[in-house]
Amino acid sequence: MTAPQDGIVRAVADVAIEVSDLTKSYGPVEAVRGLSFGVERGEVYGLLGPNGAGKTTTVEILEGYRERSGGEVRVLGHDPEQRDRALAERIGIVLQSSGFYPLLTVRESVEHFAKSYPRAREPGETIALVGLEDKANARAQRLSGGQRRRLDLALALVGDPELVFLDEPTTGFDPAARRTAWQAIRRLKGLGKTVLLTTHYLDEAQALADRVAIVKDGRIVAEGAPAELGPASSSYRVSYLSDGRRVEHQTDDPTELLARLTRDALARGERLEGLEVSRPTLEEVYLELTAE
Amino acid sequence: MALAWEQFRLERKMFWRSPTAAFFNFLLPLLLLVLTASVFSTDSDELDVLIPGIAGMGVMATTFNALAFNLTFRREQGILKRVRGTPMPVQSLLGGVLANAVTNAFVQVGLVVVIGHVAYGVRWPADWPLLVGFTLLGVVCFGALGVALANAIPNFDSAPAYVNAVFLPVIFISGTFYSTDDLPALLKGIAEALPLKHLIDGLSAAIVGSSVDTLGAAAVVAAWALAGGVLAVRRFRWEP
Repeated sequence: MTAPQDGIVRAVADVAIEVSDLTKSYGPVEAVRGLSFGVERGEVYGLLGPNGAGKTTTVEILEGYRERSGGEVRVLGHDPEQRDRALAERIGIVLQSSGFYPLLTVRESVEHFAKSYPRAREPGETIALVGLEDKANARAQRLSGGQRRRLDLALALVGDPELVFLDEPTTGFDPAARRTAWQAIRRLKGLGKTVLLTTHYLDEAQALADRVAIVKDGRIVAEGAPAELGPASSSYRVSYLSDGRRVEHQTDDPTELLARLTRDALARGERLEGLEVSRPTLEEVYLELTAE
Repeated sequence: MALAWEQFRLERKMFWRSPTAAFFNFLLPLLLLVLTASVFSTDSDELDVLIPGIAGMGVMATTFNALAFNLTFRREQGILKRVRGTPMPVQSLLGGVLANAVTNAFVQVGLVVVIGHVAYGVRWPADWPLLVGFTLLGVVCFGALGVALANAIPNFDSAPAYVNAVFLPVIFISGTFYSTDDLPALLKGIAEALPLKHLIDGLSAAIVGSSVDTLGAAAVVAAWALAGGVLAVRRFRWEP
């Protein structure tokens, strides 16, 4: 009797986000057209897709900013549309863009926002976590773009949330700032946080996410671990030069193809110039799946 | 409640860091008081009109104008959206913001009364409880209308136009600088329908003891407060 119930309880407790058949329309425009995915606790899950794919709409529904048109959504066991304070206390949100009180310093901002959480993290420690110690006494209006993004992250983390939403956390960053941000996000995983990340940068999804869903036109077109996503959805590519022109073959079984190609070449007494065997990268899969 | 207090403390801190806010909230009304009194008013009858008039204008500037600017700015900057994603309740946020406006309004009215007494020999207010009561009612009314106006202002760039399109005509026809008795009938009718004239009437009864239907004046201000409150809450916009 008790065993199946335990199973259910554990299944629910292990899941941070559950989305099934989510739809959202703005008037005649369907931004989200039947999305389903789940995020486990402690997982970094990436929604990857081009601009306008419906990522932000989806995330803002999960954060409680927008009402869905259809489907079911659970975030830490709550329906975000109800805007329960108990849920707000357990999540941290980094929006794609949002402002600060310009006249407050970094420390004052973090201290202020800490006050509304029941189990807030120590403000100084939070500032250190995002690497803004040097700017703790600088007013928000004097921060650079990258520093503002780190303050965004500090304000999302000061409530010590279980689940963190990051909507395009590094858009507009230079490469160095982006590496720093990635380190901060990796640290979240180390702290046992669940992270839902949206990005249109493929390398970002690859570097950070345990699992990735590729979103296009409001639908998920592929889902899986970044490393699995490539080979599972396409075959091997074998190519070589013949009379200076590159010849390409696609195959699911490169062993057989290579044996045939090399045997023929040997029979002709030629070499297979420029021979390459490659598996499609996630980038190629991504470009193929999101092509217009 | 604790969070409303936290928000209030934050608002005070930010207020004193913003010279622009301090200028529009305090210095401008006082400057107008001193200039108008120096240029036009030599006799006590005119000062009896001017002191309550400037006090009423101060109440409007510190609440209606300040909140319309402030909330439009915060909405456009995405500060409201950020706060909405935290456990801070709306009531605490707006409670703190309004308490800040109340403080500014009381300081403003206090300054006007003190300057009127010290510099121009206007006697101390005849009825202190009435003064506090009308200031409070005025703050609630113009605070609510300020939030309601912020809901209608499309972006921060256009906020000065919207605010002044209301504020300037209203202060001119509501008896801030001169008695409304001398106004043409049409303007007088408009002023009668709006809350500022009635707030100034109430303040006038409290400060210089003029004979005014205080209940009637309070009723008009309260009606506007109610209408403003409904529009402020129903149409509240968190995002641009």
